Amino acid sequence: MAQAAAVAEPPAPPRRRRASATPRRLPYLLIAPAALLMLGFIAYPVLSVFYYSLQNYNPTKPWRNGFAGLGNFTQAFSHDPQFWDTLTFSAKWVVVEVGLQLLFGLALALIVNQTFVGRALGRALVFSPWAVSGVLTSVIWVLLYNSQTGITRYLADVGMGSYGTSWLSDTSTVFPAAVVADLWRGVPFFAILILADLQSVSRDLYEAAEVDGASRLKQFWHITLPHLKDAIVLSTLLRAVWEFNNVDLLYTLTGGGPAGETTTLPLYIANTSVDAHNFGYASALTTVAFVILLFCSMVYLRLSKFGGETK
Amino acid sequence: MITEIAPAPERAVSESARPRRGHRAWDEVPRRRIYLPLSVYLLFTLVPFYWILLFALRPAGSTSLVPWPVTFEHFGKVWTDRGFGTYFANSVYVGLATLVLTTVVALAGGYALARFDFRAKRGFMLALLCSQFVPGALLLVPLFQIFAKLSMINSLGSVVIAETVFQLPLSMILISGFIRNVPYSLEEAAWVDGCNRLTAFRIVVLPLLRPGLIAVGSFAFVHAWNHFLFALMFLSDQGKQTIPVGLNTLMSADSVDLGALAAGGIVAAVPVVVVFAFIQKWLITGFSAGAVKG
Repeated sequence: MAQAAAVAEPPAPPRRRRASATPRRLPYLLIAPAALLMLGFIAYPVLSVFYYSLQNYNPTKPWRNGFAGLGNFTQAFSHDPQFWDTLTFSAKWVVVEVGLQLLFGLALALIVNQTFVGRALGRALVFSPWAVSGVLTSVIWVLLYNSQTGITRYLADVGMGSYGTSWLSDTSTVFPAAVVADLWRGVPFFAILILADLQSVSRDLYEAAEVDGASRLKQFWHITLPHLKDAIVLSTLLRAVWEFNNVDLLYTLTGGGPAGETTTLPLYIANTSVDAHNFGYASALTTVAFVILLFCSMVYLRLSKFGGETK
Repeated sequence: MITEIAPAPERAVSESARPRRGHRAWDEVPRRRIYLPLSVYLLFTLVPFYWILLFALRPAGSTSLVPWPVTFEHFGKVWTDRGFGTYFANSVYVGLATLVLTTVVALAGGYALARFDFRAKRGFMLALLCSQFVPGALLLVPLFQIFAKLSMINSLGSVVIAETVFQLPLSMILISGFIRNVPYSLEEAAWVDGCNRLTAFRIVVLPLLRPGLIAVGSFAFVHAWNHFLFALMFLSDQGKQTIPVGLNTLMSADSVDLGALAAGGIVAAVPVVVVFAFIQKWLITGFSAGAVKG
C-alpha cells in the first residue's frame, strides 16, 4: 500500500517529501543519542562551571564552601598576579605559534603546489608530523633537547655552544625551544588546508595576469592571497582556539616550567583544580577563558570580514 | 605514505589539453627555488624522526649518530617492564570503541540533519557549531565529578565517552554533508522497490558513504589514540592507563631512560602511521567532499 502511495505522489523537492510512512518522531529519535551525550557531557559541565564560578568550592576545605558572589572574579583580576602572567603567556604563545605556523604553512603549500619531480613523496614527508600527537611530539623533542645526548652535545662537538646545555630548563631559551617543537607539528596543518584551497584557484587568472605583465609577486598578492582569504581566516581562528586550549604539549614538554615561565592559562586552571582542589576558583578562571575566547573570535571574524565581499 | 595527497584531476586534464606556450607558466618556477627551501624544511621535519629512531635502536649509553649495531632491547623493556603491552591494549580498546560509538551516533544524527526538516534543527546545528569552542581541557573538573557520580572513574568507558562527545559535533557535520551528496532520488527509488527506510539506507546510501565514514572513523580513532588529558585525569589505576599516559610517566621520571622513552614513542606512533598509510586516499577525498558541502 505504501509503495502505491509513493508512486502516485507527484515528484516534489526532497525536503518537502516526508514519506507518509515516516513517523514525525524519526528525526528526533535519530539525533537523540547525540543530543543526550552532548547535553550530559558538554552542556551540563559548562553550566556547572558557571555555577561553581560563583561558589567557594574546595573539597579539601568544606567548611569554607558556599556562595561567593563575584569574589572569585575579583580575586583573579585584582589579587592574582599568576592569572595575569599566565594569560599574557597564553596570548604570546597563541600569537607567535599561529603567526609562524601560517607563515611557514603558506610558504610550504606554495612550494609543494608546484610541479616538480618527487612531489608526491615530498608532500607526504613534509606533512607527516601532522599525525603525531602532542605527547609524542614532546617525547621526540625531549630526546632532541636533553642536555647529555641531545642535539646540543653534537653541536658542541663541532664547536657550537657548550656541553650540558639544556634549552628546556633555561628561562631564556625555553620559549623558543617550545615554539619550535610545536611548529614542527603545527605547520603541516596550515600547509594541508592551504594546499587544498590552492587547488581551486582558476589558472586562467594567472594566465591573464601574465599576459598583462604582472610579476609573480603581484600575482600572488592580487590573485592567490584574496582567493585564500576565507580559508586563512577560518584556519587561523580554529588553530588559535586550539592552541589556546591545548595543554598536551606544554604539560609534557616543560610542565609549565621552568619557574612557571611557560604556564598557559589552561595549564594554570588545571593545576588550580587538580593539585590545589580549588574548584570554585578554577571554574571562575575557566569562565574568564570562555569569555575571552568568544570575544576574541567574534572580533576576529568581524575585523576580517569573514565570508564577505572577497573575490 | 608515498601516495599523491591531493590529486587535482581537472588540473591535470587542462594541462595536457592545453598546448604549452613559449613563455613560462605560473608553475614553472626555477628548480632551485623549489628544492632548496624544500630540502631545508625536510631536514627540519625528518631530523626529529631520525632522532627518535636513533635512540630507540642504538644500545643504551651509545652516542653514535648511526644506530648500529641495531638493538631491540629497549622495545622489549618498554613492552614488558614498563607495561606498554597493557597500555597498548587499553589504547586499542579506547580507540576502537570511540571509533564505533562516534561513527554510529554521528551517522544517525547526520542522517536526520541531511534528510529531514524538523523544528529543533536550526538550534541543534547551532549547538554543534558552538560546541567547537568548548575546550575539553577546561571541563576536566565537572567531567571528573560526573564520572565519579556514575562510578566510572578508572574505567576505560569514561575516556571513550569523553573522547566521543568531543568528536561528535564535527563528525556529525561532516557526515551530514556526505549524506547530502547522495541523491535523495536513489533512496526514493529503493522505497518504490519495496525497501523500508532502514533497508534502503543500508543498501543504497551506506556503500556510497564509505570514503566519508572511513575518514571520520579513522580521525576519531587517531584522536582517541593520541589524546592524553582525559586518560590522565580519569584513569589512575596503572593497569588501566593508555599509551600517552605511559609516555608521560616515562618522561616525568627522575632519571629518564631515553632508550625506553624512544621505543615507547615508536610503539605509540606505529598504529597511527599504519592507519594513515592505509586510508590516505580515502581521507583526502572524504574530507574535501564534506568540506565543500558541509
